[in-house]
Amino acid sequence: MAGETVLERVVAVGGVAPRRPAHPVARFLRRYPLGAAGGAVILAMLLMGVAAPWVAPYNPVANDFANMFQPPGAAHWFGTDAFGRDVLSRIIYGARTAMIVGFGASVLGATVGAVVGVTSAYFGGWTDLAVQRLVDIMISFPIIILALAIVAIIGVGTDKLILAIALSFIPRAERVVRASALSVRETVYVEAARAIGAGHLRIIFRHMAPNVVAPYLVMLTSFLGQAILLEASLSFLGLGVSEPTPAWGLMLRGAAVDFATRAPWMAVFPGLAISVAVLAFNVFGDALRDALDPRLRT
Amino acid sequence: MTRYVLTRLLLILPTLVTVAVLIFVIMRVVPGDIVALRLVLGGSYITPGVLEAERARLGLDKPMWAQFVDYLAGLVRLDLGTSMWSGAPVAREIAIRLPLTLQLAVMATLVAVAVAIPLGTLAAVYRGRWIDHAVQVFSVAGLAVPSFWLGILLILFLLTVFHYLPPLTYTPPWVDLRANLAQLVWPALAVGYRYSAVAARMTRSALLDVLREDYVRTAWAKGLERRVILRRHALRNALLPVVTVIGLEFAFLIGGLVVTEQVFNLNGVGKLIVDAISQRDYTLIQGLMLLVASAYILVNFLTDLLYAWLDPRITFG
Repeated sequence: MAGETVLERVVAVGGVAPRRPAHPVARFLRRYPLGAAGGAVILAMLLMGVAAPWVAPYNPVANDFANMFQPPGAAHWFGTDAFGRDVLSRIIYGARTAMIVGFGASVLGATVGAVVGVTSAYFGGWTDLAVQRLVDIMISFPIIILALAIVAIIGVGTDKLILAIALSFIPRAERVVRASALSVRETVYVEAARAIGAGHLRIIFRHMAPNVVAPYLVMLTSFLGQAILLEASLSFLGLGVSEPTPAWGLMLRGAAVDFATRAPWMAVFPGLAISVAVLAFNVFGDALRDALDPRLRT
Repeated sequence: MTRYVLTRLLLILPTLVTVAVLIFVIMRVVPGDIVALRLVLGGSYITPGVLEAERARLGLDKPMWAQFVDYLAGLVRLDLGTSMWSGAPVAREIAIRLPLTLQLAVMATLVAVAVAIPLGTLAAVYRGRWIDHAVQVFSVAGLAVPSFWLGILLILFLLTVFHYLPPLTYTPPWVDLRANLAQLVWPALAVGYRYSAVAARMTRSALLDVLREDYVRTAWAKGLERRVILRRHALRNALLPVVTVIGLEFAFLIGGLVVTEQVFNLNGVGKLIVDAISQRDYTLIQGLMLLVASAYILVNFLTDLLYAWLDPRITFG
């Protein structure tokens, strides 16, 4: 028993094994089971999107006029649509569109917003004032109106949709990240960096940016669900992803009254896919927010 | 107080002018030309001369700064211009549709308040019990379900179960209230669900904060009834953030009902926005964006006043 520290002996006597600190991921899974479940659903949807060509039972864009409006059954689990296309296959391929738009727009919007926010907080003064007034104005529009207006300017298509949604996220990310960056600016290490003659860019990216990663990640995850909802809404209006690209919102287009009595499955399944995806992103985002920074509760 | 209200009202003007300037600049750098779009859609053979004449009629041939001066001069006279597509005054295009959207926004707010405040209160009072979990599930789901899909499901449900289709043409409430409500109650429910999810969450967390306060403990110690403590001590103070959320959501509904109006075939402001954007109707878009921004600014202002009424500690100076 030689070479033991006092603490180890106390622990051994008390019959408690010294506990190794759990891996952060393991701790997250244990403390936030709901968030973990959301993460699992997100992972499954990502895999579904990547592996769509192997998972989907049919070609999502192949018309089959002999099998229009087939109810759900053994051949077509979720039925077929007005062109005889397999609804399940279109939902699987739609996951691809949703994930590309969701992650693309959220990462782009949160990142640009964070950079602008940190820069605005760092320079302060007139720069900050001008940026904040602009952000004030942009925030006074509902996100969907902002995105619609941007679509009007740049046009329709998947890449442009990502840009439009990202642009409408920027002011919201800017606002939150700037608030954290303002306090980071006053810290001693930023002052020290300035004192040894570090340039603006170096201070912003090496010293300030790493310290606003928590609000950045929280914004990013809260954008993911919203981005998927926005993509679905804009595609539903015909101002997002265009046919024949499989997208959940697009599948609901015209499905309301026209197909309600004939083919209700056309309206039910894509909406269910949207809801499950957004739900997964939201619960995952909430758990991540609680784990990273409980003060950021919204 | 009067001075505060007046200063706030005066400050609204420069903000609106900035919005107007920004929208003008942004809309004019837009590629795509309403004249070409409209005449080509007309399907007839168009000579370049016709296009030029039409541009001149709409004032699009003038240099940008001259168009801008025209636009500002119009705003000063409270003239939003005429729609480039229909030729009708922008103010009238909006005025035709605003009552419907306003009514829908008010109805959705009523649904949200009626559902959210009792549910949020129950969840906070019975924290950690099954009723709390049920409310949490309700609001998490409300944030995830797109309201336009909920609208589709409502129509589907009414059709398959009751063989009933809500009226598809709008009746103003002063003509026939029953027909009016029969149409608008469904979109109000679809939008109100999401809205109440947001508000219920806010009510719960605000009330939980207040219930931890010392004066609430004192009230318990005094032996007051639970109902009195909740209503007079806790809820009244917890309502402040809830009022903000409800106000903001209401402001956003003025322009944000775009998709729901499409589902229920409602000719409101949201549908006008979609039409104006897809037709590149610059003047109409400018007018609509001003409307959306004013709604937000006005509601913000009213929320601040409501604050003072709910919380006498807030004074204006």
